[in-house]
This record gives sequence, C-alpha cells and structure tokens, in this order.
Amino acid sequence: MDKKVIVGKVWKYGDNVNTDVIFPGKYTYTINDPEEMAKHAFENLDPHFAQNVKENDIIFAGNNFGCGSSREQAATCLKYAKIGAVVAKSFSRIYFRNAINMGLPLIQCPEAVDGIEDGEIIKIDFEKGELTHKTDIFSFQQLPEFFLKIIQDGGLIPHIKKRLSELDDNQ
Amino acid sequence: MGQTFVEKVFSNKLGRKVKAGEIVEVIPDVAMSHDNTAAISLRFTEIGVSKIFKPEIHVIVLDHASPAPTEQYAQNHKVVREFVKKFKISNFYDVNAGICHQVLVEEGFVLPGQIIVGSDSHTTTYGAFGAFGTGIGRSEMAVIFATGKMWFRIPESMKIILEGKLPEGIASKDIILHIIGRIGAEGASYKSIEFYGDPITDLSIDSRMTISNMSAEVGAKNCFMDPDEKILEYLKPRARDPVHVVMADPDSSYETELVFDISQLEPQVACPHQVDNVKPVSEVIGTKIHQAFLGSCVNGRLEDIAVASKLIKGKKVHPNVRFLVFPASMNIYREAMAKGYLTAFLDAGAIIMNPGCGPCLGASEGILARGEVCISSSNRNFQGRMGSREAEIYLGSPATVTAAAIKGEITDFRVL
Repeated sequence: MDKKVIVGKVWKYGDNVNTDVIFPGKYTYTINDPEEMAKHAFENLDPHFAQNVKENDIIFAGNNFGCGSSREQAATCLKYAKIGAVVAKSFSRIYFRNAINMGLPLIQCPEAVDGIEDGEIIKIDFEKGELTHKTDIFSFQQLPEFFLKIIQDGGLIPHIKKRLSELDDNQ
Repeated sequence: MGQTFVEKVFSNKLGRKVKAGEIVEVIPDVAMSHDNTAAISLRFTEIGVSKIFKPEIHVIVLDHASPAPTEQYAQNHKVVREFVKKFKISNFYDVNAGICHQVLVEEGFVLPGQIIVGSDSHTTTYGAFGAFGTGIGRSEMAVIFATGKMWFRIPESMKIILEGKLPEGIASKDIILHIIGRIGAEGASYKSIEFYGDPITDLSIDSRMTISNMSAEVGAKNCFMDPDEKILEYLKPRARDPVHVVMADPDSSYETELVFDISQLEPQVACPHQVDNVKPVSEVIGTKIHQAFLGSCVNGRLEDIAVASKLIKGKKVHPNVRFLVFPASMNIYREAMAKGYLTAFLDAGAIIMNPGCGPCLGASEGILARGEVCISSSNRNFQGRMGSREAEIYLGSPATVTAAAIKGEITDFRVL
C-alpha cells in the first residue's frame, strides 16, 4: 500500500460478485500479462467497467465479494486496473487471501456500502481508517499487522523475497 | 473444552494446542496444482530460489483444458511439463489421468488427518476422507514451492447434522443443493464444516465427495466427514502413508449447529446465475435446454455414470440437445466401460468425452452460445462461466441432468 490517502469514484455492485464475473474462466490459462488481465476486469458483470475505470477508483460491493474460484487473476485484474481499494460488506475467503497476496487493499465497511451511492467521489485515509463522503465519515478497522506487512511489501511474492533476503543477511 | 477437527489437525501438526482465530504457519502434507502450475512456475521464478522445497509433497494434474484445445493452452501445458522435469517432481499426471481431485483420491494422496492445499477452490473435496483440504491462490502455491510454508487462520467450526432417510433416487447432490439454498452462498464463510448423521454414514464415498466438494459453494474453508470403515477399506490398497484418523473431541464447541431433515427431499436445481438460487425441480419443469453436461469434480464418478446410464438405457437424447458425458478419471472411464454403462449413452446419441474438467469453467469441450441453456451436474452456474454471458446454467444431480437430456427440458426424473 504505497498510498496513504486516495480519492476516487465509486463503482457500486451487489452481493455475491463472483470470480467468473470479475475475471472469466476462459481467460485463466490464456492471459498471463496482468495489464492484459485488467482489460477484462468485470467483463461478465459490467462490460463498460474496464474501458472507463480510472486510477484510484473504488469498488463497492455487498456481501461475499469474490466468491467462487480460487483464481488469483480476479484480484490481479483489479490491481492492474489501478483500483484504489475494494470496499465490501464481506469478502469470500480465497478472494481475501488473493487480494492481500496481490497487495490489493480490502476494506470491510457495511455502513459505507449502504450509505454511499454509485458514481460518488470519496476519500479513503488508510492510516486513519476513515472513509469520507462529503461530510459523512465512516470508520473501518485496519487489517491485522500480519496482512498489512504483506500489502505494504507489494504482495506475497515481494514479501517472501524480502523475508528470504533478510534470512540470507543474517546468516 | 475439547477441540474441533480443524483445531486438532493443526495442533497435531504444530505440536502445541491451537484454537480458532489464531494465525499459524505450517508445511502442508500435500500441495496440489493443475494447469495453473504454469502461472505458478512464473511466480516461483520471481521469488528467485534455485530449488523446490520438498518436491515430494507436490502433485500436479493437467485437467482444466485437456488435451490442449488451442496453441495457447498447448504452450501452457508445455511450460508445466518442463517445470516438472526440471525440478524432478515425480507426482505428475498428464492429460490422460482425469480431474485433479479424483486423481489425488484414487492415487492415495488423500488421507485422514492430513493438511492438503490446492490451487483450486474445490480442494474442500478431501473432507470426505477426514482430511483438511482447502483452496489457496497461485502466489501462495508458488511460495509453498519455494519455502514449503503457508499461513492459515484456524477457522471457526460449524456442525451440520443430517437426519432422516434419503428418499429413493434422491442424490447427495440434492442434499447439498438444498443446504446451499437454505444457508446461502456465504452461509459458512471462512468456516470448517463438520458433517454428521446417519444419512452421511449411509452414503457411498462417491456421494460423500459430492457434498464435500460443494461445501466450497457456501464459502467453507474446509469440511470434515468421519473417515469410517468404508473410507479405511478404500484407502487400504492405495494409501501412500500410514493412516492416522483425527476426530473432533466430543465436547468441542461449534459456532453454529444446523440440522437438516432430508426425508422429504425432492430433486433440487440451482437456477441462473447463483449456486444458492435453489428451487425444487417442480418449480422449473418445462425449461427448455440445449446442452446437458454430466461430469466434473462433483458428479463424474462411477456411481453418477451408473445412475445416468440406467436412466437413459433404451431411450434417446432429445434431438435439440447435446448430451456430453465426462468420466472424472481414466479409471472411472475404464470401469464404466467394463460394467457396460457406456453403451447406453452411445446408443442414445450422447457423446462420451475424455476425462477432465470439460466445459465446466468455459475453457473447452462444449462451450455455450448466446441464448443457450445448459443443465449441468457441475458445481457453478455463474454468468458467463461456460461461455456466453447470455447463456444460462442450471445445476442438478446426474439423474436430473440425464432426464433433461432425454426430454429436451428440465423434468422430474422420477416421472420420466
């Protein structure tokens, strides 16, 4: 998480947004370039999304975001679409792992999802744990330290590389 | 207070008592990956270590698009074969073996009390053998290749007790679809589900695997069923390691306990585009279909093929329908052939396909066009999953799928 504060537009969707509508299965073994993955983000949910999304835009969703397959590209495609964060009422477990491991910030904040409409501009302050829309401020709980470290290092692979090199340095 | 199954498995592994909510790091007993091993190998290379930590724990099966339908898939498979050779991974199954979850079971990799991870969400299947099986992502598998270790949060546990006697012809698929419909797509999110009750004990291993497989569809991290005599007997000729059964303590505590009486269960169907959009078949009778898909890691086993074969024997596939039959593994294919099950499909005009995932994930072998409707014995009906986003997928048991293939529309197989 290189950015401490982001401002972006809300793209709001419903409950149970699954991995097949985030990143279609037909591309799972044919597209390896993450920039290319971003071009197909949400293809089965909202065909206008990939062309119009801007850096730091924010996904809003209801319960169980990312349910379905273990495909990591469902997190990768949003990260490379330069999404600033995904705010949802809840996340499916493998998606939660994959997003952390890709360095894609997740925020669980049901109140904000209920209180803010599609297309609004909002501000997220990750350090303060605050999401601001006009005069409304919604607080959210920070992820545990264990996960924040992975996100701060840019994802699991860079995190592990760092840990391995620290081990080497100590030997 | 006693420990749940999942607490006990992780306590045994770590040599200290752990409880739900803790984050721990362990080396899994088995790590399964499939066609996505090519992408995993790229991430493994990024980490920059020169060898694989414990190559013997890895099992790789090519099944998701097999044999390769396009040049890109062919390239993908080639990368996997080269990776396996370079790093001397001996547990490799090429495109002629079957679906990963079935192959791992048949080959004796899945044992009670083990911790098994797979870069596939349906790794929950191994719960039918009393193992802890859970899905992880590609980067995570790359890290296991490099360091062996992975983090886990010990999940809270949910107890599901089945009661009653399953009506004649009703399948375990109907049971799990019913449960999914009742508790919803996140009804067991992050949970370890422990299944108990006589109806589970009465089920065959094939049928139990249908339920453990689809536990993923309620968001479960893993599931557990008692590895009873049936399981131990099955494992005898194939277990790769000594078997150590792990059971929950009788006084363990569960976050939730649910009881389902299955004695009045009708055939169940999951309607487009969510797996938890479940209705009794009576509410969707008459829905015209264009394709029927029997197979997948949920329902491509010998028992499923037997049920379907008996139902279609002497009948014809409806002229407007393509009926695709995928045995889940080459062993199942061979057994189905030896028992004479396959002839009935051929006589009826069905197509018997090669073992593998088939069109389940929309990669090959039976993709849907715009406006088409498929009834499938697989586990997911998400929009666009099997091809066009304007296609519709209904999920049902092997009997429900076969009956629809014959009638050309969804029907109650009991009154076919």
